[in-house]
Amino acid sequence: MPTHTFKLNGETVTVEVEDDVRILWVLRDILGVTGPKYGCGINVCKACTSHINGKAFNPCSVPVDAIGEDDEITTIEGLADTVAGDGLHPMQDAWLEHDVAQCGYCQPGQIMTAVALVNRVRQEGRAITEDDLDAIRNVCRCGTYSRIRDAVR
Amino acid sequence: MGNEEAREPAAKLSRRSFVGYVVGGTSLMVMADLTLGASPASAIPIPSLPQVPELYDLNDFLTHCALPTSNQIGIRVDEQGDAHFALPRMEVGQGITTAAAMLIADELDLPLDRVHVTLAPARPELLFNQLTGGSNTIISMYTPIRVAAAVARKALLEAAAIQLGAVLNSLIAKAGVISAPNGSSVTYGDVATAAASPRTRQVSVRLKASAQRTIVGTPQRRIDALDAVTGRKQFAMDIDVPDALPTMVCRAPGLNGKPVSIRNAAAVKAMPGVTHVAMIATGVAVRARTFGQCIDAVRALDVEWDGGTVPGKSSADVLKELRRAQLPLAVPKLGATSVEAEFIFNFRSGSALEPNCAIADVRSDSATIWSGLKSPITAQGLIAKELGLPQRKVTVNVVQGGGSFGRKLFSDGAIEAARASKAFGAPVRLMWHRADEPRQGRVHPMATSRIRATVLLGSVITFEQRHTSVTTDFTHGLGERLTAEAAALPTGLGNLTFSESVFMLTQELPYNFGVITQLLNETDNDPRRFNTSSVRNIYSPDVATANELMVDRLAARLKQDPVAFRRAHLKSRVVKRVLNRAAELGNWGKAMPAGTAQGIAIHKEYKGATAVLVEIDCRPETVNRKVRDAVTGPRITKALVVIDAGVVINPTGIKAQMMGGFMDGMAQTLTYGNHLVDGHFLEASWDNSAYTRQWNTPFDFQCEVLDSESKEPGGVGEAGVAASMAAVACAYARATGKMPTEFPINFHDPLHFEPKSFIPSVPQSPTDGLSYTS
Repeated sequence: MPTHTFKLNGETVTVEVEDDVRILWVLRDILGVTGPKYGCGINVCKACTSHINGKAFNPCSVPVDAIGEDDEITTIEGLADTVAGDGLHPMQDAWLEHDVAQCGYCQPGQIMTAVALVNRVRQEGRAITEDDLDAIRNVCRCGTYSRIRDAVR
Repeated sequence: MGNEEAREPAAKLSRRSFVGYVVGGTSLMVMADLTLGASPASAIPIPSLPQVPELYDLNDFLTHCALPTSNQIGIRVDEQGDAHFALPRMEVGQGITTAAAMLIADELDLPLDRVHVTLAPARPELLFNQLTGGSNTIISMYTPIRVAAAVARKALLEAAAIQLGAVLNSLIAKAGVISAPNGSSVTYGDVATAAASPRTRQVSVRLKASAQRTIVGTPQRRIDALDAVTGRKQFAMDIDVPDALPTMVCRAPGLNGKPVSIRNAAAVKAMPGVTHVAMIATGVAVRARTFGQCIDAVRALDVEWDGGTVPGKSSADVLKELRRAQLPLAVPKLGATSVEAEFIFNFRSGSALEPNCAIADVRSDSATIWSGLKSPITAQGLIAKELGLPQRKVTVNVVQGGGSFGRKLFSDGAIEAARASKAFGAPVRLMWHRADEPRQGRVHPMATSRIRATVLLGSVITFEQRHTSVTTDFTHGLGERLTAEAAALPTGLGNLTFSESVFMLTQELPYNFGVITQLLNETDNDPRRFNTSSVRNIYSPDVATANELMVDRLAARLKQDPVAFRRAHLKSRVVKRVLNRAAELGNWGKAMPAGTAQGIAIHKEYKGATAVLVEIDCRPETVNRKVRDAVTGPRITKALVVIDAGVVINPTGIKAQMMGGFMDGMAQTLTYGNHLVDGHFLEASWDNSAYTRQWNTPFDFQCEVLDSESKEPGGVGEAGVAASMAAVACAYARATGKMPTEFPINFHDPLHFEPKSFIPSVPQSPTDGLSYTS
């Protein structure tokens, strides 16, 4: 069986698995990293949103052989370690401050999307707009959408 | 003087005096009866102690009756002085674990973070008192939880009095520390063991008055918030059960179709990662190393299917059935004095974001299940029956759920997991594919509402409503509970079907409109034809939407402002208060540009009331705005919910429920529905089912929780949906000048998607995800 090596939350991992298995299942079913959730498997609901090399992506729609050993995947479990200090990532703090989560199922994906959005907007040297918020595609069936908008702002 | 004085039991048992138990043992365990403080059966379906031998036989019953702790809930205080409570309900996001922890923390004088609330596994001795539904948890558990906490506090104080050599009444308990007047003190942890009793003993307690409480009524974050934002919160599919490999089910193209034979089982079993393939009642289950390989196997299966339960049927056929089943209106049509309309509410999926799922480990003589279940005792009974095991041999662990919306009242995933584990002889981690959810999962039943009102000499003298629905499946325990309670229900209710009883017990038109009749009829008595459930707030959103649209029309007929007309006709003070506050806060009647409008609606249920005021934008530039692969349409730009929820435990939690209820109600009016075509539903994922997304979300959402005049808490999990759905519909009517009569309003628009294949039953995951990084 082929092996695949990549960086996950700061550590190098190697897994034995068929080339076409999507990264979501490599994370969840083989490595036991369960922060990214399954909600559709077709890159629509965004519940599995994680980062690859600092950009948001959906591991349900990327086969494991599409990434290499230099690629760095960050899941919600590794988010806090991407910033200095022992605490949470500022976006997680904002989430707590606004008590955004309800059932919590979509929230790891929501937070990872929000972090990537804010990073991108900062790089573009501008402030978050209503259009940026409207463009967030993550489904929240509990309907926490307004609190997400507040927390991102 | 200590703070015990105000709490000593009164000579006679008063509203706040109750009896609980310290349970015999070596550590401090206290209990209170679950039926304490229960409302009489005339309110909404609540309490019960029935016998249902299929679920629970006479011997089990006698055994449990012999226990002094039968039908009890308990709090344990550990040697660190922390309190532990296993809630016999299910948390699905509605905030009941947080509310329960707040009640305990206040009554026990313990900081909130030292109260640990978990979910109890199925406890058959609780009979029907372990069902999470009807927004009833806090209504029913408000008193028992507080009594148990007060008993624990009293036992700790008594032990401290001995240890400190002080008089009980002189002691002060605060934040888990008990202090005597001389300055000496002990912690709860110091006296927890001493507070235990070798024998179970009865303890009388007096509950705190509301003015003595410091946590209840204050805004508190969810106790699981940190776990949620760090990814540590565990749902059923995140639990590590050894060898419980991913399992999915290949399903029929027709709704509820059953497998007849597998034509290529050996070939599929030889696919990478696949370990097992077997036919079960609802399809063909496959078990593999990863869910991705399950998807591959499901797609490769070649299965012969039967035609399902509604072959060839479409939404239009169901509409004909509904119209045939409509009960007649009593008041004849009287020319120009009659105001009449018929409203159509299409099927809509009740799926949560977490799909149906469960872990099952079935052995020859026992079984263990892990799943998000709101009716775990019923699940335990069904699974035991399915496996041919005694009920006590089935352990059902209740896991926090990723949303429910009525869905998790049923144990569809858990039963399938048990079947698959039995068929494979191996543990399974069974999860539905998303495509299975809207297509084969539970839906809100399609319904019509026909209303005829009579206006004479400037007054509304009759208002009749005939609600006709596809049968709602109540066979999850609530139905049995109602049967058992039938004798105690108000006159006549015992003769009605479960659905009719629920309708009668929940629907109330709070207006003075002369003669009012509201009746429900169902098309058939076969809940297996469609997979329905009492999706969040069941009948109320549709009934309220129909009613409130008609109220606006009656106001227009009488040339009155919608708010003024409602104010003049409302008979409930609670509803008037929320209406007035919403109109004031939302600046009702302000000038709005053409194509935009305000809308307002009210609803009374769950021992409280809501008023919702929205502003809608139906101008072409908004309606036709483009977002990739999205349904846009009219946009609610502003939404305001005012609620009287009775005694408020956690205002933050109530506001969260109102926001969620609003997002539900808005979607149900504007975008969210299921199309039945040729015997199956077309929608197969979130790109097909247009549930509210950020591009539909109001720019401004506000919720105000009123100080209530009520002395009891109300239910909030569902209370926000009905008035929200209605207010959006009323606003749309006012903005466009055309009253909508079918929901969602875009139901007959050209489909915004290409339906996914029915064979294979699930779509393949894309491989181009790296082209969409952002």
